[in-house]
Amino acid sequence: MDDWQQGGFGLYLHWPFCASKCPYCDFNSHVVASVDQAAWRDAYLSELRRSAVETGGRVLSSVFFGGGTPSLMQPDLVAAILDEVRRLWPRANDLEVTLEANPNSVDSGRFRGYSAAGVNRISMGIQALNDEDLRRLGRLHSVAEARRAFDIARDCFGRVSFDLIYARQHQALDDWRRELAEAAAMAVDHLSLYQLTIEDGTAFGARHAAGGLKGLPEDDIAADMYELTQEVLDTAGMPAYEVSNHARDGAESRHNVIYWRYGDYIGIGPGAHGRLTLAGQRFATEAPRSPQMWLDSVQKRGNGELPRTALSGEDCATEYILMAMRLREGADLRRYEALAGKPLDMEAIRRLEDMGLLGRSRDRIAATASGRIVLNAILREIVA
Amino acid sequence: MTELSQIRNFSIVAHIDHGKSTLADRLIQLTGTVAEREMKAQLLDSMDIERERGITIKANTVRIDYPAKDGKTYVLNLIDTPGHVDFGYEVSRSMRAVEGSLLVVDATQGVEAQTLANVYQAIDADHEIVPVLNKIDLPAAEPDQVKAQIEDVIGIDASEAIPISAKTGLGIPEVLEAIVHKLPAPKGDRTAPLKAMLVDSWYDSYLGVVVMIRVMDGVIRKGDRIKMMQTGAVYGIDKLSVLKPKMVDIAELGPGEIGVFTASIKQVRDTRVGDTITHEKRGTDKALPGFKPAQPVVFCGLFPVDANDFEALRDAIEKLALNDASFSYEMETSAALGFGFRCGFLGLLHLEVIRDRLEREYDLDLITTAPSVVFHLHMKDGEVRDLHNPADMPDLTYIDHIEEPRIKATIMVPDDYLGDVLKLCQDRRGIQMDLTYAGSRAMVVYDLPLAEVVFDFYDRLKSVTKGYASFDYQISEYREDTLVKMSILVNDEPVDALSIMVHRDRAESRGRMMCEKLKDLIPRHMFKIPIQAAIGGRVIARETIAALRKDVTAKCYGGDATRKRKLLDKQKAGKKKMRQFGKVEIPQSAFISALKMDG
Ligand SMILES: Nc1nc2c(ncn2[C@@H]2O[C@H](COP(=O)(O)OP(=O)(O)OP(=O)(O)O)[C@@H](O)[C@H]2O)c(=O)[nH]1
Ligand SMILES: C[S@@+](CC[C@H](N)C(=O)[O-])C[C@H]1O[C@@H](n2cnc3c(N)ncnc32)[C@H](O)[C@@H]1O
Ligand code: SF4
Ligand SMILES: [Mg+2]
Repeated sequence: MDDWQQGGFGLYLHWPFCASKCPYCDFNSHVVASVDQAAWRDAYLSELRRSAVETGGRVLSSVFFGGGTPSLMQPDLVAAILDEVRRLWPRANDLEVTLEANPNSVDSGRFRGYSAAGVNRISMGIQALNDEDLRRLGRLHSVAEARRAFDIARDCFGRVSFDLIYARQHQALDDWRRELAEAAAMAVDHLSLYQLTIEDGTAFGARHAAGGLKGLPEDDIAADMYELTQEVLDTAGMPAYEVSNHARDGAESRHNVIYWRYGDYIGIGPGAHGRLTLAGQRFATEAPRSPQMWLDSVQKRGNGELPRTALSGEDCATEYILMAMRLREGADLRRYEALAGKPLDMEAIRRLEDMGLLGRSRDRIAATASGRIVLNAILREIVA
Repeated sequence: MTELSQIRNFSIVAHIDHGKSTLADRLIQLTGTVAEREMKAQLLDSMDIERERGITIKANTVRIDYPAKDGKTYVLNLIDTPGHVDFGYEVSRSMRAVEGSLLVVDATQGVEAQTLANVYQAIDADHEIVPVLNKIDLPAAEPDQVKAQIEDVIGIDASEAIPISAKTGLGIPEVLEAIVHKLPAPKGDRTAPLKAMLVDSWYDSYLGVVVMIRVMDGVIRKGDRIKMMQTGAVYGIDKLSVLKPKMVDIAELGPGEIGVFTASIKQVRDTRVGDTITHEKRGTDKALPGFKPAQPVVFCGLFPVDANDFEALRDAIEKLALNDASFSYEMETSAALGFGFRCGFLGLLHLEVIRDRLEREYDLDLITTAPSVVFHLHMKDGEVRDLHNPADMPDLTYIDHIEEPRIKATIMVPDDYLGDVLKLCQDRRGIQMDLTYAGSRAMVVYDLPLAEVVFDFYDRLKSVTKGYASFDYQISEYREDTLVKMSILVNDEPVDALSIMVHRDRAESRGRMMCEKLKDLIPRHMFKIPIQAAIGGRVIARETIAALRKDVTAKCYGGDATRKRKLLDKQKAGKKKMRQFGKVEIPQSAFISALKMDG
C-alpha cells in the first residue's frame, strides 16, 4: 500500500478572481474587469483530462472549489467541471463537493445553480459578525447580508460552514466572547475560526511594518481568545478537530482532512498545489500563480503545471508530521518512521509529554489542547 | 644613500578624522610619488576594514622625493598614523622613528582629546612640531580661533600654523616647504656599527614577514647577515626596499633612512617592535632603549556559534595573528559555550575589527562574551594572579584583595554638555581630577576604572554629547577596590559566559539591568524561565520570562505543504543562531547586548 492511501484522494480547483482584494489576504486572488468563463472552462476541463491520465481509476472522495472567490463562477461552469469529473474518476458514495462562497447577494443568487450542478457543501467567508470590523477587514458585505446569504445556503445545501477571523484590531476578549456565542448559535455543524495573521506582501503587512495597524491584541490576549474559543465550542458540541476548524462529530471537512492526513490530491488552477504519488514516488506539483500565465500555459502547451519536484522520504515525513499534528487525532509514529527512515526525537516527545503539551497512546502522538496553541514550537522540537 | 641634511622624517598626527590621511594623499600627489591614475582617496588606508569604516587603523609609511624651492631634492619619509584611541600605540612607536610631527587640527572642530594626547607624545619624543589648520575650505572653519586655542590649550606657538585644505590642495606647497625648513634633519654616523630600530613588521602573503626599520648609525645592505639584539636571532637580508608606497628595491640604507626588508622570518611574533638590529659581525653592543610592546587591555571570549567550527576558528585566528601581534589569544573552554578562545585586544574598536574580520574573511558565526579587563588577584599566600576571565575567579576565601586597572581619561566637551559628561563619569565610579576651560569648551580629566570604560563608555559619551565630546585615555595604575564576581543564572543554571566582575556597590543595579535585558533578549520558551543575578550564593536580582502562550499558524493554506516545510526550515535556521544552555536557548547576540547600559 502506498503511503498516500492512508490519507485519501481529492481534487482541488483554484478560482483566482475576487470582486475586490481584502487587505489581509495573501491567497492567490486577483481583481480583473472581466473573465472569459468559456476560456477558463476549456482550460479546467483540459487539465482535468490530463490529470486523469495519471490517476484514473483512483476513487475520489472530495472535490473542492477554492479561491479567490469561486462563488463568482457561473453555475454552468461549475456544472461542466463536475460533469467531467464524474466522467473521469470513480467516486466515493459520499463524495464531498465544497465551494467557497462570499456572502454577497449576487453570489447567493447562484447557490441553487451550484446545488443543481452537484455542489453539496458551502464554506462561506463571513469573517466578522459586526459591521465596523467587516469594514476594517475591507469586506464588501454587511452582517445582515451575510446572514441572508447564509440562510439561502442552508436551504440549498446539506452542509454549510462559515469562516470568521478573530484577534482583530481593537477586539477585546469580551467582544469575542459575545461574537462567539452568536457564531455558535448560527453554526450548523462546521466552523472555521482563524486568528488574524499579518502577512508580508499584503496591505495589512505594509501598514504593520510601517508601525500602523494599531490595537492588535498582544500575544497573551490572543492566547486567551484561542482558549476561550475552545471552551465555547466544546460546550456547543463542536470541538476543534484541527487548530482552527471545529465540527460536530462526523461533520469534519473531508477535503481538508485529506491534506492533514497527507493523502494525495490533484491541484488545478493558478497557484494550486498538489501531491501525487506515481509509481511509488511522491511529487509536489505547483502551477504558476498568475492567472494569465496559467491560462496561456494550458492553451499553448496543454499543461498548466510548473516542473514537478520529487520529494524525498524525509521531505514527505516532515510534511506528514507538520500536517498531521494540526489534527486532534495527531500523527502515527510508525508512518512517520516508515517515510523518514528514522524515528522522531523520542526524548523531546517525552519531555513535551511531561510538560503536558503532547499526549501519546501506543503509536500515535497528538498535541493536547494546551499544546496545539504552541504547535510550531513543538514541531521545532520533535522534527530533527 | 642620501645625505643626512637632505632627509626629513615626520609623522602626521591628529585627532580622529581631522584629515591626516587626506593630507598624506595630497603630499603624495603633489610630489608625483604615485601616478595620477593610481591615486584614490585615503590611498594609504589599504585594508578593507579601513576603507569601509573610513578610518586609519595601521600606521603607514611613504618615501617621497621633493624638489624644494632651494633647488635641492629632499627625501621625505612620512608616517600617517591612526587617530582612534585604541591605536595610540601605533602613534607612539611611529614617533620614535622620526624627528618631527605635522600636527593637523580640523579648523572647524578645534583641539580635541587626541590632539592633546598626540602633542604630548610628540613633545616627549623631542619632536619639532609644525601645526597645520585643515579643512579651511569649509564655511564653518575658524582658523584664527583655533590658532588661539592651540596656544591656550596646548601651549605651543601657533603663529605660523599653516592654513590648508587637504581636500582642495590649498596650502600644500607651503606644508612641503615647512617640512624642509622647520623640521630638523636626522643625525647619525655612517661609519659607526649598524644600529637600526625595528619600527614595525607585518605579514605579506607573497613575501612573508616584512620588517620596517629606521637606520640610526651605519649602513645596511641586501645580503647582509643581521642580528636582532633582543632575541639574538640572526637572519640574512633577502630584499631591501623603500615604500613609495609600493616596495621599490634599494641597494642600501644609511643613517636617517627608513625602509623595509625581508629575511625569511616565519612569524610576526619572531620580531619585537623596538628591537635593535645590527650586523652579526662587528655589530654595536649598545642597544637602543627599545619600547614597551602594546599590552592588550580588553579581553573577551570568542566562540563559534556552531561548535563544529572550532577548528576553522583556530585556523582563522592564527592567520590573523600572523599580521597583528597586538592581539593575544589562548584556548578557552566554557561549560556553556564549549571550545573557543580568550582573546586580548587594545580596546573595543580593536576587538570589533578583529571579530569583523574573522566573521567576514573566514565566514564564521561567532559568539562574543562579555569584555573584561585584567584584574590582579592578591592571594592570601602572597601570590599575585592575573584574572582575564571572570569565569576563572577562584574561591573568595583564598583572596586577600583585588586590584583593577585605572585610567586617566581626558574629555573635551562643549560647555552645554558638561553636566551630562560629569554625570556619566560619576556613574562610572570616576574621580574628577581637573576641569579647565578653553573658550566654550571644557576639558575634564577623570580617574576612572578601565572596566567601566571598556565596554560602552565611548558610545554613551557620544550619545549624551551628540557626538561633540572627544575622549582619550591612558592606563595609570592598579588600585584596590571592593570587586565581586556576579554570576547570571538562567533557569537555575549559571551561564559562565555571562558572569562579570563588578564593584560591590554597583552590583545590584548592574544585576537588575542585566536580568531585565536578558528577559527581552531570550525568546519565550514553552516553560517559564527564571533569570537571576547572584554574588556567591546570594541572589541580588531576578526576572522571569513567562512561558510561550501562542505560536501556531492559524491558516491552513490548503495543500501548500511546501510552505509549511519552508517555514519550519526557517525557524530551525533561527534556532541555529542560538546556543543551548540546559533547556534554554540563548541567542548569540545576547552575550554582548545584555551588558549594554542605557543609563
Ligand atoms: N571639506 C574637507 N574635508 C576634508 C578635508 N580633509 C579631510 N576631509 C574629510 O574628512 C574626513 C576624514 O579624513 P581622513 O583623512 O580619513 O582623516 P584621518 O585623520 O586620517 O582619520 P583617522 O585616520 O581615522 O584618524 C574624510 O571624509 C575627508 O574627506 C578638507 O580639507 N576639507
Ligand atoms: C481562501 S480564503 C477566502 C475565501 C473567500 N474568498 C472569502 O474571502 O470569503 C479562506 C479563509 O481564510 C481566512 N483568511 C484569509 N486570510 C487570512 C489572514 N490573513 N488571517 C487569518 N485568516 C485569513 C478567511 O477566513 C477566509 O475566509
Ligand atoms: S479573503 Fe477571500 S475575497 Fe478577500 S481577497 Fe482573499 S480570497 Fe478574495
Ligand atoms: Mg587616517
